[in-house]
Amino acid sequence: MDCWNGFKGSLWKSEVNVRDFIQENYTPYEGDEAFLALPTTATTGLTKKVSALLELEREHNGVYDVDTETISSITSHKPGYIDANLEKIVGLQTDEPLKRAVFPKSSLGSLEDALVHYGYSLNPKMKEIYSKYIKTHNEGVKAAYTPDIRRACESGLITGLPENYGRGRHIGDYRRVALYGLDYLITQKESEFALLEPGEMTNEIIQQREELSDQIRSLNEFGIMCDSYGFDISKPAKTAQEAVQFIYFAILAAAKQHDGVTISLGRTSTFLDIYIERDLKNNVITEDEAQELIDHFIMKLRLFRFLRSPEYNELFSGDPTWITESLGGMGVDGRTMVTKTSFRYLHTLYNLGVGPEPNLTILWSERLPDPWKEYSAKVSIDTSSIQYENDDLMRPEYGDDYAISGCVGALELGKATQHFGARINMPKALLYAINGGRDEKTGIQVTPRFEPITSEYLDFEEVMDKFLQVQKWLAGIYVQAVNIIHYMHDKYAYESFQMSLHDLQIKRYETFGIAGLSIAVDSLMAIKNAKVKVIRNTQGIAVDFEISGNYIPFGNSDETTDRTAAELTRTFYRFISTHKMYRNAKPTMSILTITSNIVYGKMTGATPCGRPADAPFSPGANPMNGRDTNGSVASLSSVSEIPYGCACDGISYTFAIAPPALGKEAAARQSNLVSLLDGYFTPNGGQHLNVNVFDKSLLVDAMEHPEKYPHLTIRVSGYAVNFIKLTKEQQLDVISRTVNDSI
Amino acid sequence: MEKGPILGKIHSFESFGTVDGPGLRFVVFMQGCAFRCLYCHNPDTFEMDKASYELTPLEVLQRMQKFLPYYRRGGITVSGGEPMLQPRFIKELFEICKGEGIHTAIDTAGISLSEDVRDVLNYTDLVLLDLKCIDPEIHLILTDKPLEPTLDFAKYLAEKEIPTWIRYVLVPGMTDRDDLIEKHAEFVAGLKNVVKVEVLPFHKLGEKKYETLGIEYKLKDVKPPSQERIDNAKNIYKSKGIVVN
Repeated sequence: MDCWNGFKGSLWKSEVNVRDFIQENYTPYEGDEAFLALPTTATTGLTKKVSALLELEREHNGVYDVDTETISSITSHKPGYIDANLEKIVGLQTDEPLKRAVFPKSSLGSLEDALVHYGYSLNPKMKEIYSKYIKTHNEGVKAAYTPDIRRACESGLITGLPENYGRGRHIGDYRRVALYGLDYLITQKESEFALLEPGEMTNEIIQQREELSDQIRSLNEFGIMCDSYGFDISKPAKTAQEAVQFIYFAILAAAKQHDGVTISLGRTSTFLDIYIERDLKNNVITEDEAQELIDHFIMKLRLFRFLRSPEYNELFSGDPTWITESLGGMGVDGRTMVTKTSFRYLHTLYNLGVGPEPNLTILWSERLPDPWKEYSAKVSIDTSSIQYENDDLMRPEYGDDYAISGCVGALELGKATQHFGARINMPKALLYAINGGRDEKTGIQVTPRFEPITSEYLDFEEVMDKFLQVQKWLAGIYVQAVNIIHYMHDKYAYESFQMSLHDLQIKRYETFGIAGLSIAVDSLMAIKNAKVKVIRNTQGIAVDFEISGNYIPFGNSDETTDRTAAELTRTFYRFISTHKMYRNAKPTMSILTITSNIVYGKMTGATPCGRPADAPFSPGANPMNGRDTNGSVASLSSVSEIPYGCACDGISYTFAIAPPALGKEAAARQSNLVSLLDGYFTPNGGQHLNVNVFDKSLLVDAMEHPEKYPHLTIRVSGYAVNFIKLTKEQQLDVISRTVNDSI
Repeated sequence: MEKGPILGKIHSFESFGTVDGPGLRFVVFMQGCAFRCLYCHNPDTFEMDKASYELTPLEVLQRMQKFLPYYRRGGITVSGGEPMLQPRFIKELFEICKGEGIHTAIDTAGISLSEDVRDVLNYTDLVLLDLKCIDPEIHLILTDKPLEPTLDFAKYLAEKEIPTWIRYVLVPGMTDRDDLIEKHAEFVAGLKNVVKVEVLPFHKLGEKKYETLGIEYKLKDVKPPSQERIDNAKNIYKSKGIVVN
């Protein structure tokens, strides 16, 4: 076939196997960034137009416009452009850039809240249809929830469940569209459908058949969408431009069908590099044009928008879309997966200016080529827009064609998905153990009744005994809630397009999470090694604690404290694992908070570690601010003791440092950051690291004069965000966490 | 000779040392100092008997062992206080570090050349030498100690060809004088083992500690040097062919 001219290998030609295609054809790059090209005039022109639109968006309270009349679908909107004459890669979610679409099938209530908040109203017809005739995902969930689940959610013991927004987390293998073309993919799915006719029509088979036929339908709709832009995608991509365009169309279709909380891109740079290399070799394009394609692609991804309710924005601040792209890493055969296009992706942060999306994630290995390590560190220091994850830790589990889904957890591309289950508030669970299951803020009995602790000083054994009981009960209702959500999500809001770019039989992970791990650990250490006196209110509920004596907090590489953190993680994971998961998923967990560490703090009373009521949690798995007094390496070392096997969905550490504290001059800073990453990401080391490099004074100025810093980007637990889009409390929290002094 | 393991009197540890030698380093701050530099930002390390830790060299190594993957481009730096007040401890610490392939650096004011001190230097990859002022009288006012031993120390390092970084703290009204910097630079230019000079602008980050300790802070009214003065000092070193940053 013409489209595959010059490509080697055969396995990928006889089955859908993108990994095999990559391994047979990619060119590892071990050189430096000197080859990179500046933006073309078309890129600069488009950037100017986009900047003006973003300015308008800021002026409109963060939402440029909403199409309230049209329910979003793959084919719902006519083509839209920024400037059709300049765009090398085309396609928008609606007919205008930044104009948001509506997705009523997740939750009508949340949609209406969002519309009203931004000064729009819900179309009455839409309201009638989705309240009278069509059930939403949220209605389904509410119908099946138990009173225990409802109380646990209302009290903030479990928070952020995807019960009224799209669950996200699937990664369609968008590369398949470019490599195989639509005709082949549809034929494949049709033959799978024909084969799926066993003797017994079990619930499972019926569900799978319905899903498969929905997948085929959405692939056909996808063809219509591309056709409306004047592209025939029935055959494989013939050029680099087509390959980029087809991948972009595919993720665009996913974003038009669903408003999932994350919409990861996958691992596309090394794949696309093969097409770019072929075109460069055949003189079809120049380096300038190659960079232009990537620049325009990334620019488009940056324009993705979803309409979110104020309640959602509290948990996931700053309008994130989690278009996570995983870069670099090593192949199982020992060759680096870094290509010139990996560099081109990072280079967009200079050519387009700094921006939080896509969520650029570098898969780190000590064996990565040095020039790539140095360039990554340079980009990090210049932009604070990159996150890093341990490829040597994940590769043994997921192979070399996995990508990060959403925030920090890995998924095998096209072969696996996740049932996202947000997180529980572990410090609150500990307080419930002390208070007999009554909420420390409201006094409401949330767990089944049991005897509270009544002694003046807390006894470690007694607290532990009750804490385990609460965890056991909590794990049970938590699994119930997540199972219900995904049952209903599949039933009422199935993401048929994304799933059409997966194999027939996929692995499923059900992901649970812990927030406030370090607070729970510090509290246990305080109870064990210091003396903790309980202050109770008139209802007998512990509302404050007085600590005398010392304990060593999490984050100082203390063996006993670190072991306590590991044990707590392991124990809760065991409680979770005893339950049956929806669709026989494999349970896993994350230690991650997103920006909800602030909200969690507000919902949680004083804790035995000395944290006052309402004070923020630390983000992700971070030690509590100011308690890690032996330097950042000791702090990172503690976090890397959290067992990855129990938390494969990610253990997030957010690191912020002022430039002078990182090193005296630019070269030293770069080298020290590389050392930090090499040290943290040993084969049994840490899993995830956000890197922020900025002066506190800059952030303080940005708080006071946001208009001067429209593009200032920082990393928070799990994503990157425009600093000025955070709430004031979140901004202050970020500032307080920056390491400023050099010793 | 004392019996039993040597215990080091230690003030504190920093696992993320980025400014005391090349690369990322584990920094051990020793307790005790003979100098009383007016601008010292660690006055809490002055008194030898106020150590937070008393540890054997092996115990110190164990504290950094877990972190070794971070220090492949760096190593260990012993600072203080004045580490050369505890040379036998440092020698043993560096000896076992060298056995583990760890790069060793010592941040010292070069107070003596006793046999024990020379032993330490046999296991030292890099010396960060604080040569605080080239004028003997100002040196005495600034540090409360004579200049001569430090000059002897510097010459000994040159003779032994031990790689050295010279540190010069730029204090307005005291060390920030062109003639003093010129002379300092001339002396340094004669030492072939010097890799570079670090010009460290005076800062007041330690002022609070003086209050807490009840020690008078004599540089209250001195301001940090301007960027121009910093560049001026650097240029003087550069003009003598010395690498500076």
